[in-house]
Amino acid sequence: MAAMTDLEVDQQSRQDARARPAGGSSAAHPRHPAIAKSAIPAGKRVPLAPPVYVRDTHATDQLWKIRWNPETCIRCGACVATCTFGALHAQLQRRGQTVSAGTLPNPLDTTEVILAVRQANDLAHACRGCGMCEKVCPTASIRPVANAHNRFAVVARRGGSPIKRGGRAHLIPGRVLDSIKVGRISQMTDPSLDAARHTFDLLTPLGRSIPADKLPLKVENGKLIPAGRMPPVRWIYPILIGDMSIGALSWRMWEALALATAYLNEECGLPVRMCSGEGGLPVKLLTSKNLQYMIIQIASGHFGWNRIIKAMPKMVTDPAAILIKIGQGAKPGDGGLLPAEKVAPHIQAIRGVPHADLLSPPNHQGLYSIEESVQKMFLSMNAAFQFRVPVAIKVAASSTSVSVFNNLVRDPYHIVGGFFMDGIQGGTGAANEVNLDHSGHPVLGKLRDCYLDAVAMGRQGQIPIFAGGGFGQTGNLAADAFKAICLGASGVFAAKIFLQTAGCVGDEKGRCNSCNTGLCPVGICTQDPALVARLDVDAAAQAIVDYFLATDQELKKLMAPIGNSSLPIGRSDALISMDKAAADRLQIAYAC
Amino acid sequence: MCRIAAIKSKHPVSPTPILQMMAAMQKGHDNSGFAMVMQDLDGVFAAHKDVPLLSMACTPAGLERTERMMTHRGFGLEFDWQPEVDPSSALDIQRMPLYVFRNYRYPEEYRSRPFSEQKKFLVETQLALRHALAESGEGFVYSFWPDVLTLKEIGDPRDIAAAFGLWKEDFPLQARTISAQCRQNTNYQIVRYAAHPFFLEGYTLMGNGENTFFQKNRDFQQTLSPAYTGFESDTQCFLYTLHYVAEILGWPVQYYKHVITPLPFEEMALRPDAPVLYEIRQACQHLEINGPNTVVFTLPDGRMGIACDTKKLRPVVVGKDAGMVVAASEVCGINRILPDRDSDEDIYPGERELVLVDQNLEVQRWPQ
Repeated sequence: MAAMTDLEVDQQSRQDARARPAGGSSAAHPRHPAIAKSAIPAGKRVPLAPPVYVRDTHATDQLWKIRWNPETCIRCGACVATCTFGALHAQLQRRGQTVSAGTLPNPLDTTEVILAVRQANDLAHACRGCGMCEKVCPTASIRPVANAHNRFAVVARRGGSPIKRGGRAHLIPGRVLDSIKVGRISQMTDPSLDAARHTFDLLTPLGRSIPADKLPLKVENGKLIPAGRMPPVRWIYPILIGDMSIGALSWRMWEALALATAYLNEECGLPVRMCSGEGGLPVKLLTSKNLQYMIIQIASGHFGWNRIIKAMPKMVTDPAAILIKIGQGAKPGDGGLLPAEKVAPHIQAIRGVPHADLLSPPNHQGLYSIEESVQKMFLSMNAAFQFRVPVAIKVAASSTSVSVFNNLVRDPYHIVGGFFMDGIQGGTGAANEVNLDHSGHPVLGKLRDCYLDAVAMGRQGQIPIFAGGGFGQTGNLAADAFKAICLGASGVFAAKIFLQTAGCVGDEKGRCNSCNTGLCPVGICTQDPALVARLDVDAAAQAIVDYFLATDQELKKLMAPIGNSSLPIGRSDALISMDKAAADRLQIAYAC
Repeated sequence: MCRIAAIKSKHPVSPTPILQMMAAMQKGHDNSGFAMVMQDLDGVFAAHKDVPLLSMACTPAGLERTERMMTHRGFGLEFDWQPEVDPSSALDIQRMPLYVFRNYRYPEEYRSRPFSEQKKFLVETQLALRHALAESGEGFVYSFWPDVLTLKEIGDPRDIAAAFGLWKEDFPLQARTISAQCRQNTNYQIVRYAAHPFFLEGYTLMGNGENTFFQKNRDFQQTLSPAYTGFESDTQCFLYTLHYVAEILGWPVQYYKHVITPLPFEEMALRPDAPVLYEIRQACQHLEINGPNTVVFTLPDGRMGIACDTKKLRPVVVGKDAGMVVAASEVCGINRILPDRDSDEDIYPGERELVLVDQNLEVQRWPQ
């Protein structure tokens, strides 16, 4: 197809504006308001297009403009049918044209009625740029194009509500992770390993470590034997599937993640753990042996815990861990948000809630200090599983991260089993855009600060640090994870990358990011059965498994050159940065 | 690579056989230095085995400072031996003005105390001397311990030996245990403290290889004990780990192997002592070595140990005859001094074993 130029698009737009709609509308289609339910009665004069006011919102205000080529379009309607946002509608247009037939010029004014694809002007049906129309178009006649001159930010707050969306922060230039390279290569005196031939011990502990001199061990007949209780520890794969709830995700997507997790454990030998998110778990999973692969999250809304507690007597195994969510990198200081659009009957059942917006409070009620947090939350969670399950905490990276971490490390009860820190590039299913783009703290600097603080105390590794927030953002999760591990992380958690492997098209340049609308075009972040049907559970699980297997090999491909077969936690001498400021901040070598 | 060699003998020997072994392995090092620790001494120090022996190299000002500090701490000089150092400029050696080997009587208040208390004071004193002389640039303090003598020098090992007269069979210093290293200087500025073997509180250790977890080891160790200092060589970390495991934690020395080269998780899971091994791995995760390394060490009770890393296996071989057990980087070193031994009995330590040689020269192989 001949691509349309901007000029052609503008001309088309003006033509469209002059064209007379061939249909009026008394009752709009729920997702496609411009589609008339009834045709105009025969013989009635077709009304003129309604007046256009400058105050009206228009497609040109939106973040995305639709480019449609009428010459190649075969009017199959696939684009209109597939658009979950109602951003496209089909419209009959009468178009005037001058034709001349015969051998001599004999211009005649005629009109013809054509079927046109139009972009909705109202923001409720704004194009999200998801590109589903392009995907389904058999003649490549339509596609969304980013609108550089959009006015979205100034018109979208009409009605007095903040802009909300899902996805990640948009306004962060460059990634420090990409300026970091693995620069210390083993050669000659310390030969590299062979990533394919050597064995690698890629496991990391999730659980509190007791200092060696305080381990409850005694010597008997030249052997060390246990002489007391030790905190529970799980040795797990250093990349975890981060917390995304059923509710935020469709049940099919969540199931795909859980399936992939079980498959990676049972068939691939990778002890990957998945966090449930704050939204409960299906009872079938709670009472199956696969619960051992799940980290159950509790957050301020306690959603789903009614069922979890009721299932406890029927559990056949312990969960991998409990994760107490205090904060989230994408919207630090804010609570969870599940819009009513996504609170479908099955979500109501799992969470034990009515159909309404579900807002987790920004903080855990009744917790006013870190010490209280340790005493109440950790003790209750530990006690609930009789101290057999590690209990970890998840906070948003912040200028205050080191203080929080420091307090937890010094907890005399040795009760905190992990410190999950989520950075500003973390994703979310729904948040106010102002928070997403303007609040939060990058995770790398704070990861480094916390690790070095532990080093200064000689307590590194006692509470494993897991870093998250934007890991895998460029698709290279192994590289991101490896660098974070060298900077001091015991492991990393990632989430959005797994949705993307399953089909999510969202990105940090404004594409889609509609997780909050319940209209996810790929069936991942919606509870609408018609949309969820778009996601093939098995194919999604397979994609996630494949990604993990590739990542595992890539991780080894990074460990082999530095000559290590065990995780190089804190081995920052393996890294260099080509950004001097980043190198100085992270205390690694600058190289050019 | 460096070359290392150790002798454990029933009868006292001079350093000559060690030097002969080093000469045989000469292609493996670059003649940039030589260091040696002699234990279970005979010869001139035979009559002073019960009192600490200070080994240092310094300037006259350094010696004065040392004397002041020792007097202040209550130590009394019991015996002083000064080697005759050949001043010939033809020899490749960076001489220090003074080489000090002195026995001191314990301070009055320490004489009746148990050795467990005396030894803490010895370590403290050695560290204080080391720091004081390092600050003033007046010398190097290598060891302060009963029945242990340390010599470290920069230069060609053959010339160093010639300068000190170590080639002489009737050299006045003899010992039943000698550890020595000839250096291949790769990564570090040539400093005397970087030369193996290293000594701390009765533990001697030398190694061959590169510690790829040096940063992890050092970061963790520097808060474990004030005695874990210097870090001029990445091999010091192995000594500190050995000291930490055996001395501070009081674990049987076999667990040293579990700390520096933990079993793979799959193997660990099948072991009956898996819970303990997991705990050790987690608590000591920053003490792994994970590089190409061979270490040879001596424990306070006189036992000698040999261990390797698990993947790259820096070479080491252990040979023996009726009167001597010898460990060396290369078998040619052992052939040089024990040509008539039964070489079928030679041991090439595997990646999952710890070789221990006891005071009766019985060699035990401890599978991890």
